[in-house]
Order: sequence, then structure tokens, then C-alpha cells
Amino acid sequence: MLKISKRAELPKRQEIVIRAVAILFSLVCAGLVIMILGFDPVVVFREIVMGAIGTELRIKQTVIKAIPLIITSMGIMVAFKMKFWNIGGEGQIMMGAFGASLVALFGPAMPAPLTLLVMAVSAIFFGGLWAFIPAYFKARFGTNETIFTLMLNYIAIKWVTYLQYGPWKDPASQGFPKIANFEPHAVLPSLFGVHVGWIVALVLVALVYFFINHTKKGFEITVVGESIETARYAGMNIKSVIITSMLISGGLCGLTGMIQASAIEHTLTSALSGGYGFTAIITTWLGRLSAPYILVVCIAFAILLQGGAYLQIAMAVPSSVADMIQGIILFFVLGSEFFLQYKLSFNRKLKSKEVA
Amino acid sequence: MTAFLAAAVIAGTPLLFATLGELITEKAGNLNLGVEGMMLMGAVMGFAVGLWTGNPFLAILGAIAAGAAGSAIYAILTVTLRANQVVTGLTLTIFGSGFASFVGKSFIGAPAPASVKSVFATMEIPLLSQIPIIGPTFFRQDIFIYVGYLITICASLYLWRTKKGLNLKAVGENAAAADASGINVNLYKYVHIILGGALCGLGGAYMSLVTIPVWQENVVAGRGWIAVALVIFASWKPSKALVGAFLFGGLNILGFRLQSMGIHISQYIVDMIPYAATIFIVIISTRKNKKEDMGPADLGIPYFREDR
Repeated sequence: MLKISKRAELPKRQEIVIRAVAILFSLVCAGLVIMILGFDPVVVFREIVMGAIGTELRIKQTVIKAIPLIITSMGIMVAFKMKFWNIGGEGQIMMGAFGASLVALFGPAMPAPLTLLVMAVSAIFFGGLWAFIPAYFKARFGTNETIFTLMLNYIAIKWVTYLQYGPWKDPASQGFPKIANFEPHAVLPSLFGVHVGWIVALVLVALVYFFINHTKKGFEITVVGESIETARYAGMNIKSVIITSMLISGGLCGLTGMIQASAIEHTLTSALSGGYGFTAIITTWLGRLSAPYILVVCIAFAILLQGGAYLQIAMAVPSSVADMIQGIILFFVLGSEFFLQYKLSFNRKLKSKEVA
Repeated sequence: MTAFLAAAVIAGTPLLFATLGELITEKAGNLNLGVEGMMLMGAVMGFAVGLWTGNPFLAILGAIAAGAAGSAIYAILTVTLRANQVVTGLTLTIFGSGFASFVGKSFIGAPAPASVKSVFATMEIPLLSQIPIIGPTFFRQDIFIYVGYLITICASLYLWRTKKGLNLKAVGENAAAADASGINVNLYKYVHIILGGALCGLGGAYMSLVTIPVWQENVVAGRGWIAVALVIFASWKPSKALVGAFLFGGLNILGFRLQSMGIHISQYIVDMIPYAATIFIVIISTRKNKKEDMGPADLGIPYFREDR
């Protein structure tokens, strides 16, 4: 008879072994699927890795994909710490990009640093606003935030689509539904060949880590997440904690929107969020809500994303194969969490009975 | 007008199947955000099997099997291996959309075969179809729309009038208490999650075989997410899910109708209405604080017997 019991504390080494075995299993399983699809798994895996880190240019592409993932994950993490299931990252990114575009397209002419700063502030404001709405209702009436934030995603995407096909359509684009490109002073500069978003991302990882672990507000967020009762007993203002942490969460997602609009798209488009809001939920969870781990997971994910995109060009393997591999690996990693938390053992008593 | 209403019913039918699927899943206490992925898996398998065999029943069976397979992965991970439901559901959506676009790659732009489409021909129901407005709207439709009505009625009866249905609700409301009273919690969860996935697969196939009978990338186009919202809109009641699905189906096609009538409201603004309406309903239902309008109490909370 199989018996499941909760593990007390897992030694670090054993944890690493379990995770490694899970990833190995997932690679074998993904390899089988690739073989069934008619490709050589070894070649496909090699090309994914080489496509992501093989040349300097590809590394830059990988970093560019990691940046929005890292910043969004930091935002999602602040909400998840509080057990506020913010799955509205996608919409908050969109509204952030909208806020940044508002400044870039219609703001007064300003020097580049000032323009970028005002764009970032506007993006944080609109991203924060998009998170504030569900946070307010959650704090006030206990409204379910999962559905609320999910619905706001669609409203934000439709809003930007409306602008793109309607009032903001660039008359110079000859009927093509496209918003005008930003002026050069509204485009983020580069450092070492990659736009400065990578510095922002790294600084934010450090800041969020410090905020959660070493400030009073960060501590309050963790306590509210662990037990509302404890937080109430300790005299914390729960409503204020919910709203603050969601403002931070949405603001960071909004900042992602600004960076993508300014540095990558050079404009606002309805495809700008690119699923990062959803992927960040997965990276945040796999990173166990800890900023340094999340950073590592995000980089691994960016390698998969970039490698998958390269696969399509290099081997004519459709990028959907990369999505499937990603899904399979995730299934295994999610499943392996169980073995980290629980111990399986055979019930001796029953066994000896069988022998007798 | 009746043409519009009839079109709304057709547009709402995939939503109805998926919503009922998610509703049954949530009644077991599991929030599966993989609806979009399961619908895509059903859409592509229904289309592919239809294309290969020309047999509509095998096509539908393929779609149901694909949706069920997707939800089975979800069930193993969340019920047996106790993984986080939100993350697992999202992963299922990623996997499902990758699966659909890979399988469907070879037949992008291909129309659904005529032999399959013939099953979806309009079948008038005698007498009922003669009722003004209601008749042409609801009873001059294809067989799968009638199947949709039937599943709605069955689901209602099952949840409120059978012992198994009441047990299911007990599992979703308080798994520990259900377990203590001798209900096999994990079995109930498995069966209903997989049943829910099968319905989502069916909804997806309706999209690819009837609503848009030409295979294209991302044929489901976010309807899986609307279905998740519709479950709340319907406050977990199948009859309300039917109303909601047709209402949302109507809103889906309203913008284009308004344009053709010379009323210039952007389709994209009209598209926001269903989502805004859902938010509105979520707020109203929490403010009223009526127990029966709320979701299952244990929704999203994994059940571990050992933790009890």
C-alpha cells in the first residue's frame, strides 16, 4: 500500500536531484514527441540551445526576450506573495504601453531623458490603475480577483485594438491599421548592444527582493498572504496592504509595456503584450515567489522562447513544436513539485501481511 | 431580426459547450484555466479526423477524446500531484495551442469536408419551429445545438436531482467533509474534470467545423476565456449558462450587424461589453453576498487527505 506523507524539510541536495530528474524526464518525453513528429530530438535540442546562446547576436535576442519576462514576473510576484491572483499582467502591460504612447505620441517636445521618464511614469500610472480597480473591489467587497483581472486583460487589448484601427491609426500608413512610430527621443537607448531595459530589470530584481524581505510593507504583504487572520490580529491595515501591493504589481507590469513599446515595437500595437503577462505567472510560480530564483527561471524561459523562434528559421520546425516542448517540460516540473513536498513510502505492515 | 437571433445561437453554442464543461469542472472544486487549450485541441482533432476519415461521428469523437486527454493531464497534475491549478491550467493552454497549430499546420485554409458538414445541416423540429421568433431562433438549427440544450438540461438535473450530482457539489464545497462522509473525492474530481474537458473539446470542434468551417490558426480566438468568465456570469447554474452563452454569442456578432445597419460603433468597443458585463456581474454577486450565487467554497483549493 502506497503511503503519502508530508516532508518536513528537504535537504538542498535532494531537492536539486528531484528537480534534475524531473527536467531529465521531461526532456526524454519531449524527445519522444519530437521523434514522433519526425525530427531528430538531439538535433532539435541542440539547435534550441545554440539558437539561444550560439552567437553574440542570439544572446542579445535572448536577453531582449528575458527583459519583459523578468520585470512582469517581479510585478506578478508582489501580488502572488499576498495570494492575490493577479492574472491581469497582460492587460496591465497593454495599459502601460498605452500610457507610454500617450506621452510619446501626444506629449510636448522634451529632451529624450525627460520624455522617457515621463513615459515610464505614465506607464506605471496606467498599469497601476488597471490593477487598482480589481484591488479596490477585492479590498472593499472581497470580489474575486482572478476573474476580474482576467476580464480586464481583454478590455485593455480591445481598447488598444480600437485605437489602432480607429482614432490613432496613422494617416500616413495608407490605410494599413498601424499607429505612428515614436520619434527617436521616445525610444530607449542601448548599452552593450541591448536596450537599457536589461539594467532596469536587474535593478528591479534587487529592489523587489529588498522590498519583500527587508521592509515593513514587504513583510506585511507576506503576512497577509500567509494568514489574513494573523495580519488582522497584528493590527495591519489589510485593505491598504492589498491596494499598495497591487499598485506595485500593476505598475511594474505597466513598465514592461513602456519598455516593449519604446524599445521593441517603437509604437503601440495590439500584439505588444505577446503573452508575457501569462508566461510570467508560470515563471513566478516556478521561481517559488523568490526574486533571485525567478530571475534564473526567466532566463531559462527566454532561452526556450528564443531557441524555439530560431528552430523555425534554421530547421523549418514550426515554432508550435517549441510551444509543445515548453508545455511538456512545464507539466513535468509542475508534477515534480509534489515529490519535493511529499514523501512516498510503502506501508510495511501491509507488505508483511502479503508475504505471510 | 430572427436571422440575427439564430446567428447568435450558433455563435453561442461553442461557448455553451465549453461553459458547461468548465462549470462541471469547477463544481468539483477545480478551476481549470486550460479551457482555451482544450478547445483548440478539440478543434484541431475534430477537423483532422473529419478530414482524414470523412466521418462526422469519428470527427466528433476525436474532438471529445482530445479535450478529455488535455483535461486528464490537468487532473493528474492537480489532483494526484497537487500542482497549482492556475499555473497548470495556463500551461495546458500553452500546450494546447502549440498542439493545435502543429497538427493543423498541414491543412491551413482547408475547408471542412462536405461529408462532415452534412451532419450539421439544419434540422427543423416540427411544431416548435412554427412558434414565431422562438421557433426560427432555437428550433431551426443543427443537431448539435439541440445536443447543447439537452446537455444543459441533463447537467441541471444531474447537479440538483441526483445523488451523484449532490455528492459532486459536496466535493466542491467542502472536500474534507465529503471525504469523511465516504465520497471518493479524487474519483469525483477525475471523472468531472475529464467530462468537462470532453465538453470543451466538443465546443472547439463546433468552432472549427461549423462556426468557421475553414481551418485557421487560433480558430478558437479567446472563446475559452469567455467560457471561464461565463461560468461566473451564470453563477454556476447550467440554465443561466445557456442564456449567457447565447447572449455573449449575440454580442460577438453585434458590432458587424450594427455597422451594416449604418450605426457606427466600432466592433472593438462592442467586443468589450461581454467582459465588462462579466466584471459587473462578479461585483454584483459578491455585493449581494447570496450564498447560492457564489462559486463552490473549495474552488481552487487542493484537497490533501493527509493534511486534514
